[in-house]
Amino acid sequence: MNKIKKSIGERIFEVFNIVFMCCLCIAMLYPMIHVLCASFSSPQFMSGHKGILLWPKDFTVNAYKLMARNPMILKGYINTLIILVFGVTLNIILTSFGAYVLSRKSFIMRSKIMMMIVFTMYFSGGIIPFYFTVRTLGMENSLLALILPSAISTYNLIIMRTSFLSIPDSLEESARLDGAGHFVILFRIVIPLSKAVIAVMILYYAVGHWNSWFNAMLFLSDRKKFPLQLILREILIQNDTSMMVQNVGIGEQGLIGETIKYAVIIVSTVPILCIYPFIQKYFEKGVMIGAVKG
Amino acid sequence: MNIKLQTTYKRNWIKTHFRQNWELYLMIIPIIAYYVIFCYVPMYGTVIAFQNYSPGKGILGSKWVGLKHFIDFLSSPDIGRLLRNTVTISINTLIFGFTTPIILALMMNELRQAKFKRVVQTVSYMPHFISVVVICGMIKDFVSSDGFISTFLAPLIGENVDMLTREKMFVPIYVTSGIWQTLGWDSIIYMAALSGIDMQLYEAAKIDGAGKWNQMRYVTIPGIMPTIIIMLILKIGSMLSVGYEKIILLYNPLIYNTSDVISTYVYRLGFESQEWSYTSAVGLFNSIINFILLVSANTISRKFNDTSLW
Repeated sequence: MNKIKKSIGERIFEVFNIVFMCCLCIAMLYPMIHVLCASFSSPQFMSGHKGILLWPKDFTVNAYKLMARNPMILKGYINTLIILVFGVTLNIILTSFGAYVLSRKSFIMRSKIMMMIVFTMYFSGGIIPFYFTVRTLGMENSLLALILPSAISTYNLIIMRTSFLSIPDSLEESARLDGAGHFVILFRIVIPLSKAVIAVMILYYAVGHWNSWFNAMLFLSDRKKFPLQLILREILIQNDTSMMVQNVGIGEQGLIGETIKYAVIIVSTVPILCIYPFIQKYFEKGVMIGAVKG
Repeated sequence: MNIKLQTTYKRNWIKTHFRQNWELYLMIIPIIAYYVIFCYVPMYGTVIAFQNYSPGKGILGSKWVGLKHFIDFLSSPDIGRLLRNTVTISINTLIFGFTTPIILALMMNELRQAKFKRVVQTVSYMPHFISVVVICGMIKDFVSSDGFISTFLAPLIGENVDMLTREKMFVPIYVTSGIWQTLGWDSIIYMAALSGIDMQLYEAAKIDGAGKWNQMRYVTIPGIMPTIIIMLILKIGSMLSVGYEKIILLYNPLIYNTSDVISTYVYRLGFESQEWSYTSAVGLFNSIINFILLVSANTISRKFNDTSLW
């Protein structure tokens, strides 16, 4: 098929396409490269620097050293990990329960409950009543406020249900004839057959917890409980680097603040950027399963 | 007699059903509890929009004021600005943020070098994995007076300024950074749809003498149309719920005039000025409009295209 001679127009398009894709990759990557170089440059250089940066100037790791001395970043990482571990465990248990029950044909209230669930995707009470609900439940200033209200994502539930529906009924029937209950069927048959979709769900939920900061800002007041993203917000958005530079002379504080931001970005982002290329095929799969339902 | 028999039969059937399936009901209890507590209780909580709510008195003890807060909002001087900004930002996001992933997917589909395609895909997903806080931190730095983007654009905008203090700059910054974040990720779904098109259709089109362009027009585009429509309906349904997280992180009082949208207004007046009832009314107003938009988009699409969400 490829042997067929291409017209000139097609050739021009192909070259243009490749050039365009290369430019796109540069546009996608450059911001991170810029931050990486800036984090290794000296504050004196950065404070006067304008424009693009392709290589660290006056190479130094001072920003990283200073950051390592500060306990808040590490504390934030630990809090985020706690939320991730407990949050994702709860997410997976509840989502697979829901997906299993709602994919059973013997479950009589199936379509009613499904409607009740899907409705919440399109209509919500709004943020103020939500805030009061969580507060009334006494979850204020507790990590529970970051775990329980996001225990189920309707979108993920639908993806998982769609995938469970594709498992043949005959497997369930024969297990039932052998006397297996629903818990046994779920844990011994359905989940082992859906490892791929479970992996996708873990990744989706984990990315969600990793990124979230808004609920933490609403509900947490104790700084010791802040997840990483909230600490990052103080440093990057509110430009508050004072807690990072306590051990530095007054004159230098402003200067160090200049590069420490970049080091913080790198430390908080690079771990996930190193992992995702290896798991991206699962993400793609998830989007495709979701697409079946639309 | 007959009726009595039927009821006993029915009762027995229900009994056996529950005996065999009690575990299902056990499993669904936490799910229902979740949706009731975190979705439906807040929906009930919106009644504070019709009250002068104070947290001390609770919903039952607060005074009812009817539609006062809705009327206040509709006649407030802010509504024009809020609606204008919300609509401007969402229409721009819709036009640019919705079309670019489709174009990217179509172009990636034409890449013949599998490895290169893989690399481009991987690189284009990257921004999806950077948290929104970090992205906004990066934007703030890049468009500040000595950031590389404002330096790069200095010839166009006249001087090196902090672009986030300029009213006119906010929407372009918001939309462009949004495209950067979601372009690659949003294209996945179209790539999936493209890979589902039957290759025989292309063969047939070629035999009929269709060039690349006509193949695209008569095979590729119709092939991914249902996906495009579904995604469009979903986007229209969330038109008025412009993502507040990013705006809250990016805006500042200097540019409220072009960046304040309904959801950030609700957040600010609610959590900073404690106007709970008024902001609930505004939030409810927003939810209802969104819902109407979604239902009408879906109805229109069902009529003309046979594609529908439900």
